Amino acid sequence: MPPYRRHRWLTLLPLVLAACGGPFPQSALHPESDYARSLDALFHGIFWWAVLVFVLVESLLLFILLRYRQRAGAATPKPTHGHTVLEIAWTLAPALILVFIAVPTMRTIFATQQPPAFNALRIEVIGHQWWWEYRYPAAGIVTANELHVPVGRPVDLEISTADVIHSFWAPGLGGKRDLIPGHVNRITFTAESIGTFTGQCAEFCGESHANMRLRVAVESDSAFRAWLAGQGGLGRLAAKGSVEEKGRDAFRRYGCIACHTVTGVSAGVIGPNLTHVGSRTTIAAGVLPNTAEALARWIGDPPGVKPGARMPKLPMAPADLTALVAYLQSLK
Amino acid sequence: MSATKGWRSWLTTTDHKRIGLLYFWTAFVFFLIGGLEALIIRAQLARPGNTVVSAETFNQLFTMHGTTMVFLALMPLSAAFFNYIVPLQIGARDVAFPRLNAFSYWVFVLGGLLLNASWLLPHHPAPDAGWFGYANLTSREFSPGPNIDFWLLGLQILGVASLAAGFNFIVTILNLRAPGMKMMRLPVFSWMTLVTSFLIITAFPVITVALVLLMFDRFFGTHFYLTSAGGDPVLWQHLFWIFGHPEVYILILPAMGIVSEVLPTFARKPLFGYTVVVYSGVLIGFMGWGVWSHHMFSVGLGPIADSVFSATTMLIAVPTGVKIFNWLATLWGGQIRATSALHFAVGFIALFTIGGLSGVMHASPPADLQQTDTYFVVAHIHYVLFGGTVFGLFAGMYYWWPKMTGRLLGERLGKLHFWLMFVGMNLAFFPMHFIGLLGMPRRIYTYAPELGVAKLNLVSTVGAFLIGASILVFLINVWRTRKRGKVAGNDPWGGATLEWTIPSPPPPHNFDVIPTVASRLPRWSMTQLTAIPEGAELGKPHAPAGSWWPLVAACGLPVLALAPLTHTLWVAFLGAAILITGIYRWAFEPFEV
Repeated sequence: MPPYRRHRWLTLLPLVLAACGGPFPQSALHPESDYARSLDALFHGIFWWAVLVFVLVESLLLFILLRYRQRAGAATPKPTHGHTVLEIAWTLAPALILVFIAVPTMRTIFATQQPPAFNALRIEVIGHQWWWEYRYPAAGIVTANELHVPVGRPVDLEISTADVIHSFWAPGLGGKRDLIPGHVNRITFTAESIGTFTGQCAEFCGESHANMRLRVAVESDSAFRAWLAGQGGLGRLAAKGSVEEKGRDAFRRYGCIACHTVTGVSAGVIGPNLTHVGSRTTIAAGVLPNTAEALARWIGDPPGVKPGARMPKLPMAPADLTALVAYLQSLK
Repeated sequence: MSATKGWRSWLTTTDHKRIGLLYFWTAFVFFLIGGLEALIIRAQLARPGNTVVSAETFNQLFTMHGTTMVFLALMPLSAAFFNYIVPLQIGARDVAFPRLNAFSYWVFVLGGLLLNASWLLPHHPAPDAGWFGYANLTSREFSPGPNIDFWLLGLQILGVASLAAGFNFIVTILNLRAPGMKMMRLPVFSWMTLVTSFLIITAFPVITVALVLLMFDRFFGTHFYLTSAGGDPVLWQHLFWIFGHPEVYILILPAMGIVSEVLPTFARKPLFGYTVVVYSGVLIGFMGWGVWSHHMFSVGLGPIADSVFSATTMLIAVPTGVKIFNWLATLWGGQIRATSALHFAVGFIALFTIGGLSGVMHASPPADLQQTDTYFVVAHIHYVLFGGTVFGLFAGMYYWWPKMTGRLLGERLGKLHFWLMFVGMNLAFFPMHFIGLLGMPRRIYTYAPELGVAKLNLVSTVGAFLIGASILVFLINVWRTRKRGKVAGNDPWGGATLEWTIPSPPPPHNFDVIPTVASRLPRWSMTQLTAIPEGAELGKPHAPAGSWWPLVAACGLPVLALAPLTHTLWVAFLGAAILITGIYRWAFEPFEV
């Protein structure tokens, strides 16, 4: 494995970035997968060529401006019209630099668009206005917004959309790819370190494009298996007479079942699958933390949290809302 | 002779200089509107979770900012110089089709007004799907309101204006050059006008077709861009960018032409490598057709397409680089007079270089996948179109202002304007490179504080307001010098080209005697130009008459557009009747009244 070369060029700009704090959870400059690293390495190469040309041109410009300022009483400058050798030289020099950029570019294009490895974990990513649906076909699991993948195993994201064009982008794990109606696209990567990566939709997709965020949890193999096991099966059953049971009734009564699936309770497919919503760290496509307070705010006024949200604002009795929140939180 | 005084004379004028001024001031007003939209956008993004505007309004603002700046500000500001300067540079008395020229202007104004009228209706249904209007977000299903209709009809109308102007300038430059003005003696600005005009007449039909298909999808239930009946939204992206990339060169080549005029004048040296600069401009125009898919690397076109478009995109950097080196060589060894115009031209070189270099970064598809649709690209396009085009246009304003008004703009305020704009521009757009690489996508009305880009965004907002202040300084300069500015005379700069041989502002017929040109730099290499040759036949200056009919014909187009907007058939017949009447009367109007 080649040594990590991340952060290298950041050393140029410690002041700028130090002044701006950090950490930068969504930075493209902290590659943590084979895919992201190959893009990053390519970017570094081009970056340094660009720095070279930048310094050359701008310092030449400054030099000329200082050296050839108009001076009183100076003679009219020699009217040079051109210089063939110079013209050829400064045509060839950039062309040569471009060869040094183009060759690794072509290599990386083909290397990063290989068919997925035979042991790759296939996950279907489906974009919706404005949330993400993830399906793990082998495990028969459907979840939303928070993707879980194991570290060190190739992952094959098969991406498509249910409505308009979106773009899946988790910068730490690699470049973006569009979700286009009628097309199935692919991102393959092998995550190299455990952690949570944030990302968000990168193609303008309507009113709440800004609120279509995502998280990718890269987990150890055992943690990932445990998560998979936990996501299977029915939603947790509510004990008789408990507040959760009242919440489940509200879930039915207010028509939530028309859009949401909770396995064993409902089979709606318009909104995210909520069978294990309590196990997620965020709600509303990464906009709010998964707390009772935030859930109440979200359910109480979806378009207020996420403008244009398809989930309607329903007049709901406070007691029902509290019960519904308790029910959803119990769905671990 | 047409009237030369009063408001009527402005509505009927066919004088390229007056039409140039109309273009200039109309486009400048749109430039201010687009700028205000940008300032509201930056105010909203000054900190995470800000609530200056709603998500809906924000989406309208960035859509209209882009659309306005491209179609209503930068293109027509270039057109203002095409109109005013090109006939003077080539030694002509007007453009080839003066009434078509008036028609272009009126169509442009009315198209711009139609587009912006959407702000004024109840619930302000301004376009909100981005200036690039990607299908299928623009379909009736996902955009049921009239927003997209305003956008597509407005653009359709503006396309007519651009096409008419494009043909006009091609014919003008090819046919109306003064005797001796061979193509390779043509001033570089006129050359770039010619190349730009060819790009316009070839690129605009593509967007016209794309918009017609969209119109059919939206109004008549076809499925060109919809998968439900075998259409494909990617078709829109191909069509849009086949237009859209040449459009980038339509925006930058005129500014490159201006810079190629300003640098020699103020270095007192001819343009270094004239032939190379001209040919590289032509080459950029050609190659601009073969790079469109570099806007689509994230679409997943496959490794072959990615490689080909990557290679063509990198290649186009070569003629662009060649231009930069030739400009540097023009300044080398010169006697550089640091006028405001020169400041802006040099600013162009410095800033456009940065935009060019970040352009090479996205030319590499894998690297681009971390950059496209982020603020990194917003930084790139603003270094190209603001650092490049806008700086170039301001260089042109300071340079040709005396020719157009008879008075010079103030140099002190001019330099203040430059430095405010230069600093503001870099504060506003340089941090965006980092904002993008740190993970902020573009076109989002709000961002999470966790991204860590709040301070950078604040810096960017401060820069944007500095740019706003610099524009105020320019307007103050214009206001203060309108009566008290230094009188220009024929030639305040010692320029080399024909426009400096005649009074400022020029008389309606421009040249008493059409000059005979014997060199690329007539003013610098010949002396006989100022004198009327012995025994020359002066003749009656041929000045085209004013006409109402171009304006009448132009009015037909927005009326036609009202038919689909209001879903009323008879309005379509009314619009067609106005258009046809206008053209008919225009066609049979005696040329000289």
